Amino acid sequence: MLKKEDDHITGSVDWFIIVLYFLLIIGGWLSIYGASYDYDHVTSLFDFSGRAGMQLVWMGISIIVGFVLLKLDNNLYDILAYFIYAFFIVLLIVTIIIAPDIKGSRSWLVITDSIRLQPAEFTKFAVGLAIARFMNSYNFKLLTIKNLLILAIMIILPMILIMMQKETGSALVFTAFILVLYREGLPGMVLFSGVCAVVLFILGLKYSDIDMGALTMGECISILFIIVVTAILTINFRKDYRTASYILLGAAIYGGICYVISLFDIYVNWGIISITAISAVVIYLLITAAREWSKTYLFLALFAIGSIGYVSSVNYVFTDVLQSHQQIRIKVSLGMEDDLMGAGYNVNQSKIAIGSGGALGKGFLNGTQTKLKYVPEQDTDFIFCTVGEEQGFVGSVLVLLGLSALIIRVFFLAERQKNTFGRVYGYGVGCIFLFHLTINVGMVIGLLPVIGIPLPFFSYGGSSLLAFTILLFIFLRLDMARKRR
Amino acid sequence: MSKDNNLHSEKRYYTILAITVIIVIVLICQLFNLQIIQHEYKYSADSNAFFKKTLYPARGTISDRKDRLLVYNQPTYDIVYIPREVEPFDTLDFCHILGLTRDQLEKKISDVKDRRLNPGYSSYTLQTLMTQLTVREYGLFQEKLYKFPGFYIQNRALRQYNFVNAAQVLGYVAEVNKTALAEDPYYVRGDYAGKSGIETSYENILRGQKGVEILLRDAHGRIKGKYENGKHDVNPVSGKNLKLAIDIELQAYGEYLMQNKIGSIVMIEPSTGEILCLVTSPTYDPAILLGREFGNNYKSLEQNPSKPLFNRATQGTYPPGSTFKTTQGLIFLEEGIITPETAYSCAGGYPPGGGRPRCHGHGSPLSLVPAIATSCNSYFCYGLNAMLSNRKKYANIREAFDIWKDYLVSMGFGYKLGVDLPSEKRGLIPNSQFYTKAFKTEKWYAQNVISIAIGQGEILATPLQVANLGATIANRGFFYTPHVVRQIQDMPLDKTYTDRRYTGVKEAYYNTIAQGMANAVTGGTCYGINLLPEIAVAGKTGTAENPHGRDHSWFMGFAPVDKPQVAISVLVENAGFGARFAVPIARLMVQKYLKGEIPASEKYLEDNMANAIILPNVLNSWEQRRNDIATQTTTEGETIIEE
Repeated sequence: MLKKEDDHITGSVDWFIIVLYFLLIIGGWLSIYGASYDYDHVTSLFDFSGRAGMQLVWMGISIIVGFVLLKLDNNLYDILAYFIYAFFIVLLIVTIIIAPDIKGSRSWLVITDSIRLQPAEFTKFAVGLAIARFMNSYNFKLLTIKNLLILAIMIILPMILIMMQKETGSALVFTAFILVLYREGLPGMVLFSGVCAVVLFILGLKYSDIDMGALTMGECISILFIIVVTAILTINFRKDYRTASYILLGAAIYGGICYVISLFDIYVNWGIISITAISAVVIYLLITAAREWSKTYLFLALFAIGSIGYVSSVNYVFTDVLQSHQQIRIKVSLGMEDDLMGAGYNVNQSKIAIGSGGALGKGFLNGTQTKLKYVPEQDTDFIFCTVGEEQGFVGSVLVLLGLSALIIRVFFLAERQKNTFGRVYGYGVGCIFLFHLTINVGMVIGLLPVIGIPLPFFSYGGSSLLAFTILLFIFLRLDMARKRR
Repeated sequence: MSKDNNLHSEKRYYTILAITVIIVIVLICQLFNLQIIQHEYKYSADSNAFFKKTLYPARGTISDRKDRLLVYNQPTYDIVYIPREVEPFDTLDFCHILGLTRDQLEKKISDVKDRRLNPGYSSYTLQTLMTQLTVREYGLFQEKLYKFPGFYIQNRALRQYNFVNAAQVLGYVAEVNKTALAEDPYYVRGDYAGKSGIETSYENILRGQKGVEILLRDAHGRIKGKYENGKHDVNPVSGKNLKLAIDIELQAYGEYLMQNKIGSIVMIEPSTGEILCLVTSPTYDPAILLGREFGNNYKSLEQNPSKPLFNRATQGTYPPGSTFKTTQGLIFLEEGIITPETAYSCAGGYPPGGGRPRCHGHGSPLSLVPAIATSCNSYFCYGLNAMLSNRKKYANIREAFDIWKDYLVSMGFGYKLGVDLPSEKRGLIPNSQFYTKAFKTEKWYAQNVISIAIGQGEILATPLQVANLGATIANRGFFYTPHVVRQIQDMPLDKTYTDRRYTGVKEAYYNTIAQGMANAVTGGTCYGINLLPEIAVAGKTGTAENPHGRDHSWFMGFAPVDKPQVAISVLVENAGFGARFAVPIARLMVQKYLKGEIPASEKYLEDNMANAIILPNVLNSWEQRRNDIATQTTTEGETIIEE
């Protein structure tokens, strides 16, 4: 009987992911040992009082849980999805009320002194299951206001609760589900608008210190960016190369003439020039819309106007909505401030640790920066430093390739799911891993602001390891069902 | 929507994969940038984690020929800091502990940062702020070190002296200046190096080799042990110890006899060239050029018009006077101008009949031996004239003169002898060009330069060169380059100091001169040093004409005559005839060295010599003024004026 069951799993489970999973958690375990190694107090890899030993315990628990998840009936997840979601929403609320304050965060449920759980970590798979279940409904149409609203609430509700626990990073993870919605039919324009918003935010902020007449340099560059994007969208939606080239050529000639004038030591107010240029583009689009009687041109004109509104609010949002430590983190990642002793310290030290690893690294347990605690949170959020310092470029790239291979394999399998439930959940899994990988590694190597979220399978922490295992293994179970059918 | 679903889904699947791949590529690019392209992170990491502690070697000790320890080390403490690590601190407290004013502290910090003063400045490495803390300051600062992150205390050794003597021979050690910093990368600001005496000339041997200990330091600056168990540490190599040829007891005795006089005593062991004592007067206690009072004390020594920092034995140049006649005898004999039997009559001077140089009363005519013994001026003037005017042997006077000069150079005159002490002077032995230039014609005559025959005129020599002449005559024709260091630990002496240097004059002629010098002691000008029957001394007095005041008193000699153990030169400035001071002082010195003590019967002589005050007026008035100021200030109490 047991043998039959085993064959059952071994025959249908995706071995590629299983092998990668084991390689990654072992790599993570060794990195944690390296990161928490203390010259004064050397513990063995298997000493359960040390962090590596504890991680080993969590690895054991995770593997058992993962195995159990594979044995459960695949329909169970579909049936229980809303219950699980509801359970974790309640748990998040309870956590806000009863959790003690640990380093400013109120996200930990203390079970015993040594066992603490972070419900926020587990909420990810619960949300994944819930939206998969919701979108799996009969004759589901994504692009209705009601459905979009329900999905938005399903995603935003846990985000708000987690933000209330002062875990902004973990809350931001849920934005990864936008990519899932995109796969399921959300217009690409939404995704594109998101990217544009980020670019405009960065441009507007980074060059906000330089005055260019009526506007800041950031705003002028943002307007230039909007003109170019508008032209590209014109081509994209209408295949209208003529209008697009008029917009681009007009802007280029206008700007070029002004530039030549400025060469003769004549003061040129680039702010006013930018405003007149974008106004001309909008007017031109509106005229075209009227002439062609096309909603698309009207939409493009509105896009340009909306973008300008957004650009003019960037500085306000930055200074009045974000908290000061968040402002500094963003400024540091944009290279606007060094602040090496304050907010920039972590990133600078982590770059030093990784940079000092060189091509081949200093060797296992030979890293000085991580051993001597120069890098803060080095066994949790900054675990990648240990990899970078001790294993060098080769090791770091291997870890990146391992994790990205896992993510791509998950997307590959998700795409091949026969039912929407499996596909949506699979994309959810892939997107969450991708988000963690991007934000964590991007932060550690100084590309993104410091946002404290763990690196899957590497960062120390039972909750995160167990949560990622559950997230992944539920998908493996769903995938097994696909193969058997 | 649903009809589009499959159509779009394929595209969106690939879009999502593309996003994933692009993200990973961006991350890998940044990793490549950090780990492969940029190198500064490696350096930052090292300076983060490695605390490179310099381990200072013990400087070599110095002992005298009888193994009495003269110079050794005592521990001292410096305050060093890593500028990058310094955080704002309580400067008031800091200054209070170290007895500094705020301005002084700021000056010190700006000096450290000044790359002209401190070429090796880096904000990542240890910089020396202050050296030589007192034990009390050390204790206080150590206690409060935690308040001053980035500051550390570094141990180092300071010189310590067991004797107050031989200051100019030993020299002193002081902080290296910026030229030394720029020239020798071994030194960093705050390091010490020899500045004079053998501390300078043997600097590379005494200083040893600095070591380094690489310690691991965590983010809070706590030391977490050695890097790789000290595998990369370099142990300091102690400096080598020196054993001097100087006999410190003899040196001290010489300094005692020379007190309140200006001059020099040099004694050399002829069989080795070892310098047994190198007295220069006035002198000072070497210990005052130590510690933080160095600056004031050095200034005071430098301003003293009697120039105590000036080593008269090797740097003072004087006309050698009659001691030089011995060289003339040797040259004339070797050149065949005279034989030992050649006699010249003296009629009170040269040219005869009260010419200049004048001569004193003695029998006439004289051969060479009595001429040396009675120090006849005329004899050597005749001799030099005979040589320079000899047109059979030499084509012209210039050729003759240069041959004459070459002999003197071979005897160690006219050039630096090469003693192992810095800043030795070469003296002056003119060559023919010198006179051709001076007289503006090639046609000059022996009569024009005749006073050089008796060690006057243009001739200049250091007391060391004159003592070396004594050693050469004692050896009957050769000498070893005089040197003060007898042995270097685990290292042979430089070949320069172990090779004989021959003068080119035959031993037989030296015997004649030695005989003359022996006769001078037994029945001539230096009867005052006659120690027979115990010791047969050979000697020659001299009186160096001094245009600025009274003549200088010279004695040059060696003893015993047959198996010489010591050669000596004594110079007492402004003491008049050689016989008055130089000879008795030499008498005491030779006895001190050969017998180990002064017989009771000569204590009066010792007292006379030691108590005699022979200082030029300018010094007397200066001393007087100094004393006046000192008494004034002590009566007033508080303030002490530093000269």
